[in-house]
Amino acid sequence: MTAIKGGEFLIRQTKPEEIFIPEEWSEEEKMIAQTCREFIAQEVFPMVDKIDSMEDPSIMPTLLKKAGELGILSISIPTEYGGMGMDFKTSMLAAEAVGGGHSFSVAISAHSGIGTLPILYYGSEEQKQKYIPKLASGEWLGCYCLTEPSAGSDANSGKTKAVLEGDQWNLNGQKMWITNGGFADVFTVFAKIDNDETLSSFIVDKGSDGLTLNPEEKKMGIKGSSTRQVFFNDVKIPKNNQLSDRENGFKIALNILNVGRIKLAAATLGASKDVVTLSVNYANERQQFGRPISKYGAIRYKLGEMAMRTYALESAVYRISQNIQDRIEGLASEGMEKGKATLKGIEEYAAECAMMKVYGSEVLDYVTDEGVQIHGGMGYSAETIVEKAYRDSRINRIFEGTNEINRMLTVDMILKKAMKGELDLMAAAKSIQDELLSIPDFGDSDGGLFEEEYKLIEGFKKAVLMVAGSAAQKLMMELSKEQEILMNIADMAIDAYVAESIALRVHKRINTMGESGQEVYKAMAELFVHDAAERVHHNAKDALMSFGEGDELRMMLMGAKRFTKTGTKNVKVLRRTIAQKLIDDNAYKI
Amino acid sequence: MNILVCISKAPDTTSKITFKDGDTKFNEDGVQFIVNPYDEWYALVRALELKEANGGKVTIISVGTADYEPIMRKALAIGADEAFRVDSEASDAYQVAAEIANYISSNSFDLVLTGKETINYNGSQVGGMIAAIIDSPYASHATKLEVNGSTAMVERDKQGGVEVLELTLPAVISAAKGMAEQRIPNMRGIMAARSKPLTVVPASVTETLTETIKFSLPPAKGDVKLVDPENMTELINLLHNEAKAI
Ligand SMILES: Cc1cc2nc3c(=O)[nH]c(=O)nc-3n(C[C@H](O)[C@H](O)[C@H](O)COP(=O)(O)OP(=O)(O)OC[C@H]3O[C@@H](n4cnc5c(N)ncnc54)[C@H](O)[C@@H]3O)c2cc1C
Repeated sequence: MTAIKGGEFLIRQTKPEEIFIPEEWSEEEKMIAQTCREFIAQEVFPMVDKIDSMEDPSIMPTLLKKAGELGILSISIPTEYGGMGMDFKTSMLAAEAVGGGHSFSVAISAHSGIGTLPILYYGSEEQKQKYIPKLASGEWLGCYCLTEPSAGSDANSGKTKAVLEGDQWNLNGQKMWITNGGFADVFTVFAKIDNDETLSSFIVDKGSDGLTLNPEEKKMGIKGSSTRQVFFNDVKIPKNNQLSDRENGFKIALNILNVGRIKLAAATLGASKDVVTLSVNYANERQQFGRPISKYGAIRYKLGEMAMRTYALESAVYRISQNIQDRIEGLASEGMEKGKATLKGIEEYAAECAMMKVYGSEVLDYVTDEGVQIHGGMGYSAETIVEKAYRDSRINRIFEGTNEINRMLTVDMILKKAMKGELDLMAAAKSIQDELLSIPDFGDSDGGLFEEEYKLIEGFKKAVLMVAGSAAQKLMMELSKEQEILMNIADMAIDAYVAESIALRVHKRINTMGESGQEVYKAMAELFVHDAAERVHHNAKDALMSFGEGDELRMMLMGAKRFTKTGTKNVKVLRRTIAQKLIDDNAYKI
Repeated sequence: MNILVCISKAPDTTSKITFKDGDTKFNEDGVQFIVNPYDEWYALVRALELKEANGGKVTIISVGTADYEPIMRKALAIGADEAFRVDSEASDAYQVAAEIANYISSNSFDLVLTGKETINYNGSQVGGMIAAIIDSPYASHATKLEVNGSTAMVERDKQGGVEVLELTLPAVISAAKGMAEQRIPNMRGIMAARSKPLTVVPASVTETLTETIKFSLPPAKGDVKLVDPENMTELINLLHNEAKAI
């Protein structure tokens, strides 16, 4: 069987045995994650408030160096550059395992992601030899300077200039929101050469004359993560510190963001698990009206929902990670250089990476919000970790491309693949049109596991294809300006992907472990799909009614209803089942 | 220096404890196991420090079935050189000690370290029994351990003070908090653990000296009852008849 392509989930059914599920982590992979978690628990957590107070700015770089000594910074760095050379999925697991470290998590992911990878993937051999081993060990720390005061989402509009003077580049400009800026040794800087339209990229060492920093930004959350403005006033760097070719910078920025997005999803997963545990601990402990608040349905609802969303996120994140890894290994076995294969492998699934970034950051926001609510007044106290988690979560919807930008990218990338002939969405959309005109097929029941759920998931995909197909047809080039519709389509696609991932995962679990003891898992899959149906229906209606007309609109609205029609489910019982496991375990141990 | 460290598995401290087989066995279903912290943090790490200072080798041994291997790999990842697993379900302190003593008698070690107890059964017996069987000196609950030539200096906490002991090697010592500091296994160690030898040796001891009659959990905490502050009679009644506290 051929591997699934990026975006292809919309038109292809996947079988449970085709996906990777986290139940299959090897002992060694678990040990790697445990090392990361122990590091967070022992080295970071005791300092967490001190880090956020910024009273001693040397704590953060010291911790990063300690993480480097344990090898945590070099997990995905190839062995030739002093790294561990571990595979993509393992690097995702490690990103999850450090994800609950508050400000530290942001610092470590910025260093080992955007601070290191541009050089690893695009540097010359000489640049890689010079920088990568030191970045991998933590001897040097890195940052990434793309954003400017007037160039945020529109990153390519940056004004920073590079001019070649003899055998040196002269850089001038201002960068903003630069994570790790306060202590970084190595700055990857995006700037335009002369009057170019497109960015190029450069490596600038700390201490270069003319390189100056503003004081730390005062932020809502991740207060201990260094965030600076960086100024370049006639900063002269050697000619060969140019990174990659002229005008290749914007492409680098985009490709590195693909990696950052999927890693961010892993980090939000780790943080979500921690907050679920914190919340159930508190709910079991806190007594009101004579009993622990975890005995109350309103609280159980929240716990059930938090756990279910976290589990759904995990199912989807590692499903796509396996696809990415397979693609990377496939390309490498065809002879492509490992770094290039990694980028290409991730680029293939760029739409899924964007979806996971959006979903992960929104799951964590939901989980931290309800986490605060479960803590009541204590959740509003700056003494509690959940209060910090709530503030720290918020940034994830903003950086690595805002969630709006990522939603638009999701749709854009999938449609582009269709346009290029890589995905036959048109045929699928056509057959849905035909289906709409025919008598509904009630089908025969095969009584299999998740029969209703799989039918709904197919329906979600049909709804996406119907809405996207007809919107593209009707609006043509105007579609990109109808962002409300794009948001609807992206949300439907996310629901379809995540719903399929959680159902397949639980199905595979049951296939391998047997039916007994799986009630909680089944409840999560059923609940997710059931609730997703309402959301998909809502999004489809909103979108259709904003461009469709007359009989065609009526027909498509009927279709949307048919594709998302659910049976009856006692969702109260499902949530209680999930919550009960959390309450019994007094932790997220799902 | 040739050091043997005895490694046991223990349930992660957040595990939910249940029993099976008529409450005579701990139910391991769904329980996450870790290296017994006293074995890992103190005995193993101190052994590694001694090896780093004096050269030699650190071997670990566990008495247990194949499901012991993940925690043994962790001990190898932290830095032990080689591992032996005596293929037998650990059933009581004597059987475990006898198996280990049996292994020791056909190999030679300068020092045998155990944790002061496991955090599940808290028996504190294995070290002493090993020493008795192999007929060597034993010091339990050591908070400090130094080795000088053929003698070991051990400190242990006493009520209000410290006791200092000297033992002639080979000796058995059980480790308590303070002897060393936990080491997080690093990525290189984890990768190296893959290829370190882990040998399974057949069990030889079948005898056990104890039999578990029954395990039980501490009584669960009931719901809180609210009593009107004016209603003393009810409070007294509840304390007397229900809580049986007065
Ligand atoms: C704590 C922190 C750390 C950061 N770290 C780094 C770093 O290390 N390196 C770095 O280079 N950058 C970094 N950034 C910058 C970050 O990537 C940008 O803030 C982000 O890309 C958004 O840009 P902006 O802030 O200019 O917002 P804007 O682009 O002005 O966006 C404002 C709003 O408008 C929306 N919007 C923008 N364009 C469109 C459009 N075309 N259609 C619809 N909606 C649109 C956005 O979604 C958002 O809701 C960091 C930011 C923060 C806050």
